Amino acid sequence: MKPAPRLVLVLLGLALAVLGAGCTSAPLARVHPWERALLADSIMDPGRDPLGTAMMDHVTSSREAAAGGRGVGGAGCGCN
Amino acid sequence: MSADTHSRKVAGPRRGSPRAPLRAVLALCAAAAVGGARAQVAVGDIFPAIGAAAGAPATEGKVVLVDFWASWCAPCKASFPAYGRLSAEYAPKGLVVVAVSVDEDPKAYASFIKKFSPPFAVLLDREHALVSRAGVPTMPTSYLIDRRGRVRFIHAGYHGPATERALRAEVERLLSEP
Repeated sequence: MKPAPRLVLVLLGLALAVLGAGCTSAPLARVHPWERALLADSIMDPGRDPLGTAMMDHVTSSREAAAGGRGVGGAGCGCN
Repeated sequence: MSADTHSRKVAGPRRGSPRAPLRAVLALCAAAAVGGARAQVAVGDIFPAIGAAAGAPATEGKVVLVDFWASWCAPCKASFPAYGRLSAEYAPKGLVVVAVSVDEDPKAYASFIKKFSPPFAVLLDREHALVSRAGVPTMPTSYLIDRRGRVRFIHAGYHGPATERALRAEVERLLSEP
């Protein structure tokens, strides 16, 4: 591989890494702290019913031999 | 190599510069960083004017504690008794407490006010004009402003008695200044 394309690929990778990191940083969050009224609603909490969650975990593991798949969260008021 | 072959190699199609897409990606990253970042009031800045909203108290020449809260924010509710105590103790000495709600639902706001009856000024920033200018980092966030209108202390979040003790010391310090 020629030097010029390798350098371009490295810099491109760095740029994409910075962009990806920026998407998860607080200053670039698209939902501001004062806009979390709907996210703070209890209906948005996947763990609001521990018994129901435990039941579904049991069903998933015993019937489908699977676990997890809960997503990355993001609900809640995000306070403090 | 024959002269014709050499000419074809020299006059062949020219590839595009590899720097052009790289510049585009870097420009995109810079635009995302600049465009996505929001302005935040920092210590030393002049706090945005609260305006002439209904219920806004007079703050000129006073030490002002501005707190951004919401009815859906549990720490915000926990902070109200502390602000009530601060207001009761230091209002005669020149402290003004202003609690700015960012509730989008006026009913939730009115219900909370009716239930807690805070002894200090409460405003509703339904359009989020003031809170977006302040750029609060989290809910709740309080700003202590000196008599000249400059932000001197910022408390991101409310952490119980520790926050109240810190606020008390800071209020006393600002009230002692001319």
